[in-house]
Amino acid sequence: MNVHEYQAKQLFTRFSIPVPEARVAASLDEVRAAAEVLGMPMLLKAQVHAGGRGRAGGVQRCESLAELETQAQRLLGSRLVTPQTPPRGLPVSRLLLEAPVAIARELYLALLVDREAERIAIMVSAAGGMDIEEVAATQPEALLVLRIEPAAGLRRWQCRQIGLFLGLTAAQQPAFDALLENLYRLLTGCDARLVEINPLAVTEGGALIALDAKLDLDDNALYRQPELAALHDPSQEDAREIAARAEGLSYISLEGDIGCMVNGAGLAMATMDLIALHGGAPANFLDVGGGATADRVARAFALVLSDDKVAAVLVNIFGGIVRCDLIAEGILAAVEEVGVAVPVVVRLEGTNAALGLERLARSGLAIETAATLVDAANKVVEAAAAQRATVQRAGGEA
Amino acid sequence: MSVLVDARTRVICQGFTGRQGSFHSEQAIAYGTRMVGGVTPGKGGQRHLGLPVFDTVHAAVRETGAEASMIYVPAPYAADAILEAADAGIRVIVCITEGIPVLEMLAVKAALARHDAVLIGPNCPGIITPGGCKIGIMPGAIHTPGRVGIVSRSGTLTYEAVEQTSAEGLGQSTCIGIGGDPIHGMDFVDCLALFEADPDTDAVLMVGEIGGSAEEAAAAFVRERMTKPVVAYIAGVTAPPGKRMGHAGAIVSAGSGTAEAKYQALEAAGVQVVRSPAQLGRRVAERLGH
Repeated sequence: MNVHEYQAKQLFTRFSIPVPEARVAASLDEVRAAAEVLGMPMLLKAQVHAGGRGRAGGVQRCESLAELETQAQRLLGSRLVTPQTPPRGLPVSRLLLEAPVAIARELYLALLVDREAERIAIMVSAAGGMDIEEVAATQPEALLVLRIEPAAGLRRWQCRQIGLFLGLTAAQQPAFDALLENLYRLLTGCDARLVEINPLAVTEGGALIALDAKLDLDDNALYRQPELAALHDPSQEDAREIAARAEGLSYISLEGDIGCMVNGAGLAMATMDLIALHGGAPANFLDVGGGATADRVARAFALVLSDDKVAAVLVNIFGGIVRCDLIAEGILAAVEEVGVAVPVVVRLEGTNAALGLERLARSGLAIETAATLVDAANKVVEAAAAQRATVQRAGGEA
Repeated sequence: MSVLVDARTRVICQGFTGRQGSFHSEQAIAYGTRMVGGVTPGKGGQRHLGLPVFDTVHAAVRETGAEASMIYVPAPYAADAILEAADAGIRVIVCITEGIPVLEMLAVKAALARHDAVLIGPNCPGIITPGGCKIGIMPGAIHTPGRVGIVSRSGTLTYEAVEQTSAEGLGQSTCIGIGGDPIHGMDFVDCLALFEADPDTDAVLMVGEIGGSAEEAAAAFVRERMTKPVVAYIAGVTAPPGKRMGHAGAIVSAGSGTAEAKYQALEAAGVQVVRSPAQLGRRVAERLGH
């Protein structure tokens, strides 16, 4: 789970990690009130769950109150589009207002769960402010990665080694030791998978301060972090993805027009790949989960069809513990309940598959059954093309 | 004729009397698995499904000689269950539970380094030696005793692979679902090594997915150490970068862990890759000259 920069920085403050003096504003009145406290000039930062805000106009340095008000008015309530947001952008409902910092150097510092090493890794670079993937690709020598032994925790020698690598002075080292230790306490205490400071500024006065903050929390651990779970901002996610999660389904919007409903994440991805191999494009990833009951299938169906770009639906269920005849009943109930206007192709395999397919075939509803994966993919790609043609013709006549 | 578990393996269930534990223990017993008991703290001394219930794994091992355990306890207690099993001397720990915090798993993995136990999972379908021993949530009926080893990161996609190899008349020696979490127990390389050494496995079907670099490591292992044919499929060619596709481990970030990169590494290592999930069984049959 991602949180906003302002939320991450509030946590930083709680863990004694220095951040610029700041206010959060959700209205022009709050922006003006913040300006009175912080004074001008001021840095204004749109709060969205995506990087690339600077180049997209989401971060502005304002010299005067008039300029601040103009920029705040422009951003509040707008949708910010960056290379990392969906094409429609993400809504800006809050601004972070910060007193500018006189920067001497910009560094990069992150702690993250390193799945290959099965350790928490510390990643640093003297090239702060840059995209870290770019640093890794173009100047790997500017990057240092150290790993933390679980039993030993973060040690001072690691702090010293990193400080030397970053070219910090002996006078700065104690502050850096504290900062790194506090960041490690934050990662472990908050069950974060990633905490990133980019840039970590060295001020002209020699102090260290986190100018940006990115925090990715482990969804699996939110049950024991209720206070952090409350930081969730649903406006930053696809509405269907949130609705899906509430139903215990895993859904991700994609760009194509073939709706997919599958049980199991691996099989769901394989189904998307199969559609692409056969010349189609998936409209979504949807895993109805291992316990695919008739009821869940019905809700999943409604979800897939709520996306109006869907021209055809492929249902691919491998009934293991769940029986395919029960799944078939769920499909039938859903089709009747939701009123499906697009072609539906169903492939069932596993326990009672033949019985399930027979039930679908006998239903009299417009459901096409498929015997194999290839058959299913061909049928749904064809059906989507036909549906597109029909819709276009209807559009032409109207 | 298998790896890790067979018809003689004595199996217990942790979370035995819970809903999931009860259901899947019943299924395992019906399949012919040598279930010898179960563990539910506070219910020691009772009987459940005709088997003894113990308060601790240590007691279960002492009384039954259990060598393998399947874990169905809820996520907040699952890391604890794994460590208890390891300390009690369980040799094969299979953790089905989904949703264990990643920092818990880091601690578990570090602690397991001191034990001989292997961990399968968490968040996995389990392990099955067809006709002998089923430890997990997979449907037993689709499996056929045979000579293809299957190792996979997913659940239902593994069943797909099993069903296709059964349909080709090949059957499986052992199928291992290693799970979809970023920090997990046995990896592709561990399983490939076991299959390579198993005289009753002729070929391996490996089912990977986007995220991490376990498939790349497997490619290197195949190139350097494997003599048996390996066929590989990777799910997620069409997955958008940065999005998590169901499994916590299945996330493609910034060009690493893509399906394409994995396919390239595997192909370069001499692995027969298969791009269509509909051709898993057929391609293994071809490699074996069926």
